[in-house]
Amino acid sequence: MTRLGMVIDLNKCSGCQACVVACATENNVGLGNPEDAAMGRIIRWLQILPEIEGEYPHVSGKLLPMMCQQCDRPSCTYVCPVAATYPVSNGTVAQIYWRCIGCRYCVNACPYTLKWFNWWKPVWPGEMASGTNPDVTLRDKGVTEKCTFGSHRLLRAKEQAREEKRPMRATDYVPACVESCPTDAIVFGDLDDPDSEVSQLTRSSRASRVLEEVGTRPKVSYLN
Amino acid sequence: MADVEKDILVSVATKPGRGYLLTCGLLGLILVWGIIAWTRQVQEGLGVTGLNAPVFWGVYLVNFVFFIGISHAGTLISSVLRITDTPWRRPFTRLAEAITVFSLPFGALSVIVDLGGPHRLLYVLKFPHFTSAVLWDVVCITTYLITSCFYFYLALVPDIAVCANRLTEVSPWRRQIYRTLSLNWTGTERQHKVLNRIMTGMSIFLFALVISVHTNVSFVFGMTTKPGWHTTLISPFFVLGAIYSGVAAVICFAALLRKLFHLEAYITKQHFNSVAKFLLALCCFWLYAMIIEHLFVFYGKGEAELRLFESKVLGQHVFMFWLMFALCFPVPFVVLAVPKFRTIRNLVIVCLLVNIGMWMERYSIIIPSGVHPYLPWGDGQYFPSWVEWSITASWVSGFTLLLLLFVRFFPPLTIWEIKEELEGAKAEPEPGEAPGWVRWDLIKALESGKW
Repeated sequence: MTRLGMVIDLNKCSGCQACVVACATENNVGLGNPEDAAMGRIIRWLQILPEIEGEYPHVSGKLLPMMCQQCDRPSCTYVCPVAATYPVSNGTVAQIYWRCIGCRYCVNACPYTLKWFNWWKPVWPGEMASGTNPDVTLRDKGVTEKCTFGSHRLLRAKEQAREEKRPMRATDYVPACVESCPTDAIVFGDLDDPDSEVSQLTRSSRASRVLEEVGTRPKVSYLN
Repeated sequence: MADVEKDILVSVATKPGRGYLLTCGLLGLILVWGIIAWTRQVQEGLGVTGLNAPVFWGVYLVNFVFFIGISHAGTLISSVLRITDTPWRRPFTRLAEAITVFSLPFGALSVIVDLGGPHRLLYVLKFPHFTSAVLWDVVCITTYLITSCFYFYLALVPDIAVCANRLTEVSPWRRQIYRTLSLNWTGTERQHKVLNRIMTGMSIFLFALVISVHTNVSFVFGMTTKPGWHTTLISPFFVLGAIYSGVAAVICFAALLRKLFHLEAYITKQHFNSVAKFLLALCCFWLYAMIIEHLFVFYGKGEAELRLFESKVLGQHVFMFWLMFALCFPVPFVVLAVPKFRTIRNLVIVCLLVNIGMWMERYSIIIPSGVHPYLPWGDGQYFPSWVEWSITASWVSGFTLLLLLFVRFFPPLTIWEIKEELEGAKAEPEPGEAPGWVRWDLIKALESGKW
């Protein structure tokens, strides 16, 4: 079985936000405007969030790239009344946009607050509107969306493997954020393969997960 | 004995005054305004509200809990008090049931208004996911609405028959409607027996249903891991709060009708006094639950919970929280506990304040937890927009309008139960001088020396 997971090395992350831009462009995430930003309505599947520890003068800070943690025991999928969000066999949590009734129950249930809601119909200025990624569904207003670990890339990789008449390998694809990271801070792969880099890093003593105490068993680990 | 039927039917028989028509018109306008606001929201998206990340649920959910809550009083007063045969329930039962039936649709509508894709609402039935509390809410509320409508109608049947017989001056088609709705009720002993049996059975069922419905409403919040929502106390507290605000709503409307249609002989000061004591008990229970909830959070010292607690008690939500507390406990407690203050006018004011307070209580449960999620960088803020206020005003008006319209076409008090009460009072040896629990048979036996 494949269990897709991710490890982010915080010592390598420079906070350049390349992954944020790559993710938004790849996944047709609406651009947003200053008014919505002031309201806290900007959608970014991947965000870089600051974590400050201690008080002046002994302050230390970290930058945490946060996306859907693709939990093994997701609290969002249990609560959806129409099963528009559900755990997939490859370990990710999927979202069916056309089925979502927009009740925002899953968004509230997510302890990480990393699911997003389309308050308006997403718009792109000028030519950007015609430059959306054809592989990713455009979302309408009133539906929830979130990071999918690049599921459209996975589909592509599967098709490619089928064409080449070989089994799919976990290394066949990486999400846009991993690809764009200039410092290779993000490692992506199969957690169930004990030899994969991601699985070894997840088990290293440097690795920790956010809000482990809630019990959702997230599959994104952070190396400190 | 005064003509009970004539006195109670005064609201149906007399022509509506100008004030009544104006009020109905105004309420109707506000209702339409809210529907226009909703239309705009459907066209533009939920962006027209003040909602944002992380405050994904706002005033609509507050209205949902509030209206469903109010509706429970109806069933509680009429079913529980019917089962236990509490005498002071009689003038309130009809009104309580009407409040149930008319507030439930607005509670249900509040959830639909809150949806980002209301046109996909029926997907809940097409793709049901049984682990979701929202699905169970749909099931519970639908069952509750159907059952309470049926219950309401059953208790109305004998009174509709009275309307058909007594209202000779209304238009013939209206009489015909009354006749059809009365299901050939003639008031024989057998009919009364059957009615009583069904009502008792349904009362028991409805009592269980009330508890489960509001428990389910609380599941929507309690079943998430969100700080402030994820507590086992939330279910009983919701049920209690629902009954508290609902009984207060019944008192308000009872006093209004008493004044409007001069029903002083049937809804007496004694009735208000009894129901006020009941409200006082609920008020004390409310304080108990409130203290327990916050005490546990305070002693538990969970990081996220404590942040939420501080923001409620001292921080961002301090005004809302303490005003809510004042309206839900100290103010009603003083008025309800001191007999001197327990006048009908004071009761009405207190009951209005309790309802405002209970709306705010739901607000201080739902919104602060949204503003302060687990992770500190997610903190947000929330100010409801004009669309949300319009729809809230619209629902309150719609609910009041339905009640006002109802009392124009059907008797506002349960005539057959009031007759029972009056007949019962006559049967007692010296009514008014001794309380009902005096064992006259024992006294007589003592007097005659048989003991």
